[in-house]
Amino acid sequence: METTWFCLVAIMIAAYVVLDGFDLGAGAVHFLVAKTDAERQLVVRSIGPVWDGNEVWLLAAGGTLYFAFPALYASGFSGFYLPLMIVLWLLILRGIAIEFREKVASPVWATFWDVVFATASLLLAVFYGAALGNVVRGVPLDGKGYFFEALWTNFRLGTDTGILDWYTILVGVAALATLSLHGTLWLALKTQGPVHDRSQSAARAAWWIVLVMTFLVTVVTFRVQPQVLNNLSEHPAGFVFPLLALAGLAAMGWFIRHQDDLKGFLASCLYLVGMLTSVVFGLYPLVLPASTGPAYSLTIYNAKAADYGLRIGLVWWFIGMALATTYFVYVYRNFAGKVNVEG
Amino acid sequence: MPDALIVHRLHFAFTVTFHYLFPQLTMGLALLILILKTLALRTGEEHYNRAARFWMRIFGVNFALGVVTGIPMEFQFGTNWAQFSKSAGGVIGQTLAMEGVFSFFLESSFLGLFLFGEKRLGPRGHWFTALMVFVGSWLSGYLIVATDAWMQRPIAYALGPNGEIKLTSFWGLLLNRWALWQYAHNMSGAVITAAFVMASLGAFYLLVGRQQSYGQTFVRVGVIAGVIATVFQLFPSGDGQGRLVAHNQPVTMAAMEGLFHTQKGAPIALIGQPDLEKQRLDNPLLIPRTLSFLTYRRWMSEVKGLDAFPQSDWPDNIPLVYYSYHVMVGLGTLFIAIMVTCAWKLWRGTLFTSRGMLWVLMLALPFPYIANTAGWMTAEVGRQPWVIYGLMRTQTGVSPLVSSGNAWFTLLGFMGMYTVLGILFLFLVYRVIEEGPEPPPLFVTPKV
Repeated sequence: METTWFCLVAIMIAAYVVLDGFDLGAGAVHFLVAKTDAERQLVVRSIGPVWDGNEVWLLAAGGTLYFAFPALYASGFSGFYLPLMIVLWLLILRGIAIEFREKVASPVWATFWDVVFATASLLLAVFYGAALGNVVRGVPLDGKGYFFEALWTNFRLGTDTGILDWYTILVGVAALATLSLHGTLWLALKTQGPVHDRSQSAARAAWWIVLVMTFLVTVVTFRVQPQVLNNLSEHPAGFVFPLLALAGLAAMGWFIRHQDDLKGFLASCLYLVGMLTSVVFGLYPLVLPASTGPAYSLTIYNAKAADYGLRIGLVWWFIGMALATTYFVYVYRNFAGKVNVEG
Repeated sequence: MPDALIVHRLHFAFTVTFHYLFPQLTMGLALLILILKTLALRTGEEHYNRAARFWMRIFGVNFALGVVTGIPMEFQFGTNWAQFSKSAGGVIGQTLAMEGVFSFFLESSFLGLFLFGEKRLGPRGHWFTALMVFVGSWLSGYLIVATDAWMQRPIAYALGPNGEIKLTSFWGLLLNRWALWQYAHNMSGAVITAAFVMASLGAFYLLVGRQQSYGQTFVRVGVIAGVIATVFQLFPSGDGQGRLVAHNQPVTMAAMEGLFHTQKGAPIALIGQPDLEKQRLDNPLLIPRTLSFLTYRRWMSEVKGLDAFPQSDWPDNIPLVYYSYHVMVGLGTLFIAIMVTCAWKLWRGTLFTSRGMLWVLMLALPFPYIANTAGWMTAEVGRQPWVIYGLMRTQTGVSPLVSSGNAWFTLLGFMGMYTVLGILFLFLVYRVIEEGPEPPPLFVTPKV
C-alpha cells in the first residue's frame, strides 16, 4: 500500500516537473531567445493557456503527499521552511507576471514583467534542483522527525548543512540547465520565426551542457548518497531507469541535430522522467534520509498515513486522475499548433 | 515557544484573510456569469453575452490573484503547522488532496477555454465552460469547508498509539453536518459579495450616466441574486450554523454573544463592549430572551455563559470573537434591508430612477467583504484555543523548529508582497471598469 502511494506521488511529481518544467525553462531562456516585445509576447503566449494547469500538478502532488505521508509533509515542509517560502514568492511573482504582462499596452509595463518572469523562472529552476539535492543528500533530522535548515551555513556536507552547499548548488545548476533545454525545445515546437530559430540553436548548445552536468551530478551523487548505488546493485532491474534517462538524452541529441522539434521535446520529457525515477528508485524506501544517522531517516513505513485512508484514497485518486487526464488532453488539443501574436 | 506561536497564527490569519478576498468574488461571480450566459442562450440576446464578457475580464484578474495567494495556504499547513499536519494529515489530507485532484484540474483546464475560447467553442460550448468553472470553484469551496468543518467538529476518526489521528469513515468526513451548514452559509456569503459588486457597479454606471443598458442589467441581476442570498444567509443557513455552534461549541457561542453568566431567558446584545475584568458588557443594548429562543426555540430555556466552562477552554481573544460576530450579523441584517428595499423598487419599476437607493447600492460595495471576513474570524478565532476542537490545542500544532524570527521574516515578506498585489489588482480592475463593457454594434446584420 505505502509502496503504491510512493509510486503515485512520484508519478505526480514527475508529471509536475515535465509539465511545469517547460514553462519554467521557457521563462529562464526568455531574454535569450526573444529580443523584441513581439517575440517576448510570443514566448508568454506559448505557455499562457497551460502554465496554470501545469502548476496544479504541484498542488495536487503536495496534497497527495500530505494525505499519504503526513509525517514527511510535516517534517519536510517545516524543515525546508525558508526555501519553500521563497519558492512561493517566486511562484506568485511569476504567475502575476504571465497573467498581467499583456493587460497594459506599454513598453515599461511589459519590460518590467518580462524581467520578473525570467528572473523568477530561473531562480525557481535552481531552487527546485537544490531541493532535490537536499532530499538526496539527507537532512539533519532529530529524534522526533523534525529539522530546520538555514539557507546556507558553511557550504560543506556534514550534519550542520544549510539548504545551499556545494552539492545542492551543483544540482541546482544542473536543474537549471536541464529545464532550460526543456524550455527551448518547447519553444522550438510552439513558435515560428526568429524565436524558433534561436530556440533551436540554444538547444544545441544547452544539450552539451546538460550532457556534462548529467555525468558530473551522477558521479558526485553516488558518493554523497551511497544508498543509490546500493539499491542499484541489489536490484539490477532498477538500471532500467538510468538507461531510460540515457536513452532520452541520446535521442534528444539526435533529434536536435535533425531539427525534429516534436521528437526532441518528447525525448527531453523521457530524459526528465528517467532522471527523476532513477533518484526515486535509488532512495526507496527512504523518503527523507537523515544526515544524523540512518535510524532517524524517514521512510515510507514510518511516514505513511493509516491504511484505511490510503485504501479509500486509491479509489478517488484513480477516478480524479482519469478525469484530470481527460481535461488535459482536451485542453492541449484545443491549443495545439504554433502560437502567433495575433491569435 | 509561545513567542513563535503568535507569529505563526498571525502568519496564517494574514495570508488566509487576504486570500479569501478573491475566492469569495470568484465563486459568487462564477454563478452570476453562468446566469448571464444562460440568459443569453435562452433569450438569444447578444446583450447578455457582452455583459458576461465584461464580467469575465474582472473574473480573470480576480481568479489569478485567488490562485497565486491560494498556493501558500496549502503549503503553510506543513511549513508552519507541522505537528498538526503530522497528526491530522491522514484525515484532512484527504479533503485537501481531493481539492487538488478534483477541482483544481477542472478549474484550471476550463478557465483558459472559458476566458479565451468563446469564438472557437460557440455559444453552447462556451456556456459549458462557464458551467465547469462554476462547478470547479464551488467544489473547491466544499472541500475546503469540509476540511475546516472537521477541525471545528472532528468526527469519523480514531486515535492511534502515537497520537496520530486515523480516518475511520470517508463519508463521515465528507458529509460532516457542520460542513453542510457551513458550506450553505459560506457560499451564500460569496453570492452576496458578487451580487453587491455587480449591483454596485451597475449603480455607478447609472449614476454617472454611462452604459445605461448594462447598468440596468447589472443592478437587476445583482439585486435579484442579492435578495435571495441575503435572506438565505440569515435563514436557514445562519440559523442552522448558529445552532450547530451552540450545540457543539457552547463556550464559543457564549463568547460570540458576550454572555458571561449562565442564565434562563438569555438575551442577545445589539451593542455593548465585553469587559473581561468585570465579566460584563458595558452599555449593553439587549433584546431579552431572544438568544434562548434562537438556540433552543423556547423563550425561557437556559443558555450556558462563559462561567460554565473552565477559563482554559475559553477562546483566547473573546473581544475579537464577540466583535467579529456582531459585525457579521449587523452587516447581514443591513444587507437584507438594502436588498429587500431595492427588490421592491425594482418590482415597482422605480429603482433605476431612484438616485438615493443607487447611491446606497454603490457605496455598499466594501461591506460584504467585511462581513465575510468577520464571519470567518468568528469561526476561526472562536475555535481557539483548539486547532482541532476538543482534540488538539493550537499551541501543540505549531512547527517545533521554526523560530519566531524566521516566521516574522516570511510574514513581513507576505505583507509586502500582498500590498503590491492589492494595488495591482485595484489598478487593473479600475481600468476594466473605466473602459466598461463593449458598446452594442451600431448596425445589426440581419440573420440569413
